[in-house]
Parts: sequence; C-alpha cells; structure tokens
Amino acid sequence: MNITAACCIEDGKLLVDGQPRFSGKMAVADFLLNAYKHFGIDYPKYYKMDHLAQLGFLGAELLLQGRNIATEYGPEQVGVVFSNATASLDADLHYFATVKNIPSPAQFVYTLPNIVIGEISIRHQLKGENAFFVTEDFDPGFIHFFVEDLFAREKLKACVCGWVELLDERYKAVLYLVENKAGDLRFDISNINKIYKLTDGQVNG
Amino acid sequence: MDKLMADLKRQIIEQLNLKDLKPEDIGDDQPLFVEGLGLDSIDALELIVLLQQEYKIKLANAEEGQTVFRSVRTMAQYITERQAKTA
Repeated sequence: MNITAACCIEDGKLLVDGQPRFSGKMAVADFLLNAYKHFGIDYPKYYKMDHLAQLGFLGAELLLQGRNIATEYGPEQVGVVFSNATASLDADLHYFATVKNIPSPAQFVYTLPNIVIGEISIRHQLKGENAFFVTEDFDPGFIHFFVEDLFAREKLKACVCGWVELLDERYKAVLYLVENKAGDLRFDISNINKIYKLTDGQVNG
Repeated sequence: MDKLMADLKRQIIEQLNLKDLKPEDIGDDQPLFVEGLGLDSIDALELIVLLQQEYKIKLANAEEGQTVFRSVRTMAQYITERQAKTA
C-alpha cells in the first residue's frame, strides 16, 4: 500500500504532491473561493457548501485531478476516511446564529462533519466504505490502522484519507490517496506524519 | 409586478448563493426546479424562508409550494395576491 498523491491546504497555502500550486493571505471564505476559481473548477454547488465542505471538496478535486478513480477500481472499491478535531462546529455556530431569526435549512444540512464526505462522494461517484472520525489531535496511527484493515479485509482498493479541520479563520486540510500500486511513499505512520507537516515547510515532496 | 420580479431574482440569487448567475439570467417564466434553474429540495425550503423574511408570508401548506415556486412570475403573483388580501 502506497500514498500516491497528496494535497495540503493551510494558512493561505495550497500544495499538491509537495509543490505549491496556489497561495494568498486572505480570509478563509475568499481563499476557498479564489482557489476554486484559480483551478477553473466548474461545480456550482460549491458555492452553497459550508467552509468545511469547500475545504475538503477543493482538496479532493486537486488530489484526484486527472484520475477517474471510480471507473479505475469500481465505485464500491474506493472509500473516504477523514478526521478532524472540531467536527462541524464552524457550521453549527453559523446555523445557530440564524436560529435567532428564521433557521436556515441550507446551513442546517452542513451541521454534520461527514457531509464533506458526501459532497466528495457525489462528485467522484465513490460508494465504498466511509467514515469521519473526530479526535482531539491528528492521529495518524489510528487512521493507518483503520485503513489498512479495510484493505486487508478487501473492502477497499483505494481510499481518500485526510485531516480536514476548519474553525473560523483557522483551517488545515491534508488529503492523501492510498492505493495498492507503485509509489515512492509507503503508507505508514511516518509518511502520513511527513505529509501532515508539508505546509509547515519542514518537508518538500 | 416587474419591480417585484426584479427584486425576487436578486433575492433568490442571494438567498440560494447562486453566484454564477445574474438577475437577468433568470427568465420571468423559467422553471425554478429541475429543467430550469435546477434548484433542489433544500433550495425549496430556502425559498419558503425568503418569503417569510422578505415578505412576511407563510405558505398555507406544502402543496401550495409546487405552484407558487414554479417561476419568478408565479412567486410574484402569489406575493401580490397575499399582500392584497392583508391590505
């Protein structure tokens, strides 16, 4: 099992496979919108997503660009496993603000963190096992164990994994694709940690 | 009626986050759902909120929505009728 692609987004920086592809110091809403336009993505529903879903969606778009992974493996063979620390708290707070007046149905639908997985699955036609875990800190050991087990039990042949965290103006997305095919980066805890630190400038590619 | 329809187009774009659209892109009689603007069930709920927020109008029942939200013109007609009744 190898990590065959990675996309990291944090603090105004967006890297694909370790290479900077977009940057800009701006509010999170502007960053997510400008990055979407910069890459020429055409998916009007993006505008309706909350920031967490936009962050994960954007990362998945760049992670899977040039691939048709559902066709390559079959939709049921490609999973999505994400985690973060604050679940959908950002959307929860925005929704709560509308409750004082008339609750917004459009904001309510994003008050679950796994909605981001749904958006990505719809876009890329993925129907395999999926899960969104909420852990206080980034826990590569747990994700490694969980995903490796899914592969061992032949539930999956590919998996989009990642940490997708966003609250107010703080955000960090680290998405990586795990497959049973040749690659330079073995799927192990050490390499997951390396990818997680890419946006810190500690490792480049 | 024309001003009301122009207001509605602007409000629909804002309420539903249709940032790719301009008011002039929405036809007066263009269907709002499925083959028209392609709105979905959550958008329908947002249109109900829009009527409440902007025009203080509550739909009498869910079935009414199917006719009211057919197009911008049917929405404008409904608002005009309801406002006339309460005037």
